Amino acid sequence: MKKLSARRRHPLAAVVVLLLALAATGGLYAAFAPASKAQADETSQSLAIDEGKKLYAVGCASCHGTGGQGTSDGPSLVGVGAAAVDFQVGTGRMPAQQPGAQIPSKKVIYSQAEIDQLAAYISSLGAGPAVPGKAQYGPEGADIAKGGELFRTNCAQCHNFTGKGGALTHGKFAPSLEGVSPKHIYEAMQTGPQNMPSFNDTTLTEQNKKDIIAYLNAVNGEETESPGGLELGGLGPVSEGLFAWIFGLGALIAVAVWVAARTAKAKKS
Amino acid sequence: MSSQDIPEENLPAEQDHAHGAVTVADDTDPFADPGLPPHEHRVQDIDEQAAKRSERAVALLFTLSMLATVGFIASYVAIPHDQAVYVFPIGHINALNFALGLTLGVALFAIGAGAVHWARTLMSDVEVADERHPIEAAPEVKAKVMADFKQGAKESALGRRKLIRNTMFGALALFPLSGVMLLRDLGPLPGTKLRHTLWSKGKLLVNMNTNEPLRASDVAVGSLTFAKPEGLEEHDEDFQKEIAKAALMIVRIQPDNIKDKRELQWSHEGIVAYSKICTHVGCPISLYEQQTHHVLCPCHQSTFDLSDGARVIFGPAGHALPQLRIGVNDEGYLEALGDFEEPVGPAFWERG
Amino acid sequence: MSTNESTETRRGKAPAGERVADWADGRLGIYSLAKSNMRKIFPDHWSFMLGEVCLYSFIIIILTGVYLTLFFHPSMNEVEYHGSYVPLQGQLMSEAFSSTLHISFEVRGGLLIRQIHHWAALIFLAGMFVHMMRVFFTGAFRKPREINWLFGFLLFVLGMFTGFTGYSLPDDLLSGTGVRFMEGAILSVPIVGTYLSFFLFGGEFPGGDFVARFYSIHILLLPGIMLGLVVGHLILVFYHKHTQFAGPGKTNNNVVGMPLLPVYMAKAGGFFFLVFGVIAVVAAIASINPIWALGPYRPDQVSTGAQPDWYMGFSEGLIRVMPGWEINLWGHTLVLGVFIPLVIFPLVLVSIAVYPFIESWVTGDKREHHILDRPRNAPTRTAFGVAWISWYFVLLVGGGNDLWATHFHLSINAITWFVRVGFFVVPVLVFIATKRICLGLQRRDREKVLHGRETGTIKRLPHGEFIEVHEPLSQDALHTLTAHEQYRPVEIGGTVDENGVERKVKGSEKLRAKLSESYYGAESQIPKPTVEEYKEITSGHGHH
Repeated sequence: MKKLSARRRHPLAAVVVLLLALAATGGLYAAFAPASKAQADETSQSLAIDEGKKLYAVGCASCHGTGGQGTSDGPSLVGVGAAAVDFQVGTGRMPAQQPGAQIPSKKVIYSQAEIDQLAAYISSLGAGPAVPGKAQYGPEGADIAKGGELFRTNCAQCHNFTGKGGALTHGKFAPSLEGVSPKHIYEAMQTGPQNMPSFNDTTLTEQNKKDIIAYLNAVNGEETESPGGLELGGLGPVSEGLFAWIFGLGALIAVAVWVAARTAKAKKS
Repeated sequence: MSSQDIPEENLPAEQDHAHGAVTVADDTDPFADPGLPPHEHRVQDIDEQAAKRSERAVALLFTLSMLATVGFIASYVAIPHDQAVYVFPIGHINALNFALGLTLGVALFAIGAGAVHWARTLMSDVEVADERHPIEAAPEVKAKVMADFKQGAKESALGRRKLIRNTMFGALALFPLSGVMLLRDLGPLPGTKLRHTLWSKGKLLVNMNTNEPLRASDVAVGSLTFAKPEGLEEHDEDFQKEIAKAALMIVRIQPDNIKDKRELQWSHEGIVAYSKICTHVGCPISLYEQQTHHVLCPCHQSTFDLSDGARVIFGPAGHALPQLRIGVNDEGYLEALGDFEEPVGPAFWERG
Repeated sequence: MSTNESTETRRGKAPAGERVADWADGRLGIYSLAKSNMRKIFPDHWSFMLGEVCLYSFIIIILTGVYLTLFFHPSMNEVEYHGSYVPLQGQLMSEAFSSTLHISFEVRGGLLIRQIHHWAALIFLAGMFVHMMRVFFTGAFRKPREINWLFGFLLFVLGMFTGFTGYSLPDDLLSGTGVRFMEGAILSVPIVGTYLSFFLFGGEFPGGDFVARFYSIHILLLPGIMLGLVVGHLILVFYHKHTQFAGPGKTNNNVVGMPLLPVYMAKAGGFFFLVFGVIAVVAAIASINPIWALGPYRPDQVSTGAQPDWYMGFSEGLIRVMPGWEINLWGHTLVLGVFIPLVIFPLVLVSIAVYPFIESWVTGDKREHHILDRPRNAPTRTAFGVAWISWYFVLLVGGGNDLWATHFHLSINAITWFVRVGFFVVPVLVFIATKRICLGLQRRDREKVLHGRETGTIKRLPHGEFIEVHEPLSQDALHTLTAHEQYRPVEIGGTVDENGVERKVKGSEKLRAKLSESYYGAESQIPKPTVEEYKEITSGHGHH
């Protein structure tokens, strides 16, 4: 103990403590992080194959089975429809790098033509929702305000008031809807990817979906105005509180230091 | 043991001499208070040029404030209230709010900065010491007050005439009850209001999105739908109050995946209807994960397993979500087979 | 006759200002009041201005709040929206919500005032928190200022509730969720909870009354009490005169600084404008509580990320991490999962509020204290304070667990468990660590006094040894570093009274002796250098 006390004042002690603290923080982080990210998948497919089944056999069959019947690593794709393929592959979620709590969106590695071929193949396995057309998700004839009400009833609980995303259980999350194309939003509602429930046309009509997409575009689009100024992530009181402490009170303390500081004295001659 | 019992020597010695400011440093005590350091001049005290510069700076700040106020008025008049503007790096914002806030901020800040700069550079900065005086009154003052008080108390005869004293205290203690009484009409008594909702046998489940009754065939496995009782419309006066209890969450689970027997019985071919109101403190719980069948509350993260009687699997909720017994009528529409069998929403003392 | 003469002669000479002052003095006695106050001394230190930040933001809140009342309709009557914000066109909402939209979009400058009001409220409470910590860590709460400490504490607590009732007024989806939570919390109170809830909301939640009721609480009842407390707080500051840090010429019996007129008048008055200016700029560039994006309240709708304003965040943490305990007995339900947090919520605050009284009981010190402690010189107090802050912070983390989860890619369940454990463990660890740091700093001060300041200059001695030159401290510095007081632990008095009869040692006495030992025992403070030690070292020739 004595020895430790004596060394505590060693100039390097602070460095050691800092390193220990950093190591502890890192360790804690690693312990709490739900899934570690693996190296980027290097299996860049041979783009020469332009037929859905071949594409499927190479990129998808290892998890979903050779006939799309599903395996322990991936669900059956019979009857999921073209919309599901277009969403999963078109947002880069599929092919997945590894199974995990949630497959995140990433860089899309298939061209739209290839995605369409894959979609054609999957829909041939069993009927399912088709890829929506522009008329279904376009802004014409949409009621933004109704969309807002629908969004608050059906979507905001997971995706936040204006679609900024939110947490689910055990490391899963509802992703931010910022920058997601209207088509993909439509498909997500229709097919219910991963843990998201589906909102079929029978319970959330085509018009309802159109309204929701129009609302999202109005409140979370590129041109959306935030009248009051910085949006602060659109996350509500937590980020507002942080801002008030750091920039509000921080600025005021800086001012107070200036007010109370002694004025520079004349140099002694 | 009162604090007076602490021996004096355990308290630190009084540090300072009665008039510390004039203490002279002495050789015997290197730690003694050397007294206030001599005043040093600022540049402005000895250099009139510097003082003039300060004066100009202060005047400039006050002038800036005046200009900013003019700017405020001009912005108010000139900028339309709904004009948007892109300001880097803030984004698309309301032009009027931005202009008014900045000009007001500058107008105020410049006044403050001018005043402080003036105080810091041109007003005397000679430190002055003020003496403190003990707050406790001198003994003779205290004696006088006590004597006065005793005199007054004696003259009031309050101590002697017990009857007056007791009845007065009684009257003073009782009269605030009138005030408490008056609060009674703040609200009705609870009665059994928290036990009942609008649901009753035969009421159709109406889809929140379309305002149409739901058919069993509308509800797909993995989907999530919200419903209200037939007859409740958004324009109704008591809509808020009723929906706060009656809101339903409807999901369809493969009957094989339903672990709870009663849940399966109360469902219609795997279509289950649960109260949307969290049993913790009443948030509308609805973060449904269709693969795990877990539903999470966004407010306090209570998690319920909808495939197992909606029992609590995580978080602060104390009991499962109430399930509504549903069936299908002749036309294929989903209908309630009665009210909830237990109160929905947060628990309360009489819930039992 | 003589009075006539004097007024006549005066009328010719006295300037107008003086005549007004004379007039006022004849009625208010302002000269006697000004005599003791006009040149009142205030010490200069940035941390002494934190209270001013609070005072000024309070004034700003009142000014902007009065403006907002001119346009706000505290009514829950349902209306259809037809204002200029398109995404809400035709939606049903309460008048409270639609009038807030009106203030934000149609009243010119209304949005700015709303934002100033809300930002100032957040800063007001943050300022009070920091101000309170400043007072705590410097021991400024000691006699004679205990009552003022309590006034300040009450202001903080009332400020929290004023804030809560205030942000609930627009009746938006976020604040409505908060009110719903409050209803659930009230329902959890045993026996009377259901009744309280029905009385507060005028029946079942949400009813049509709470906005109007919160309104009168928010704009009248609570601010009225707060205004009274603020005035009392300020009067006491004037009456006690400000504390000061130890330093040359500064004693427990004086106060050294600049006079109110003119320096403090200019600085404090100027600071008001600086605070107002900063908050106005913040309100110009940063959005707060954009209720149009949140939408009107409906009890069956909700958004993720439902949090209260920061000052209520610790209570949110308490409620989020509590396990869901519920006892059902004899037809009644005891909702411990909600009721326990509801009880701990005030206890968290009270634990810091009563600390000064515990410390004064432990020390038994009845003297006035006007010289501030450096936090390191009161290690146990400092450790307690930092532990309390860490406790508060752990709860804040719990209150924002969903945002921590999404922004740091953590599991919300893991964070909740971390907070559950951290609630008990973190303050203890922080207490131990802080105390050790304080002792380390005390040791360094002691070294500095005895051996001087490290200059960074390396000298080589004739025999080859390298040494760092230490420069002795000035007497100013020596005095400042040794001016603090050091208590000695209280011992339990003799167990035998003067008659030789054994007396019973009371439990409280033992507790106090134990506490005193942990406060002032050898483990808890480094003896400050004595004059003898100093002289011995400085007179020795081996010193460098």
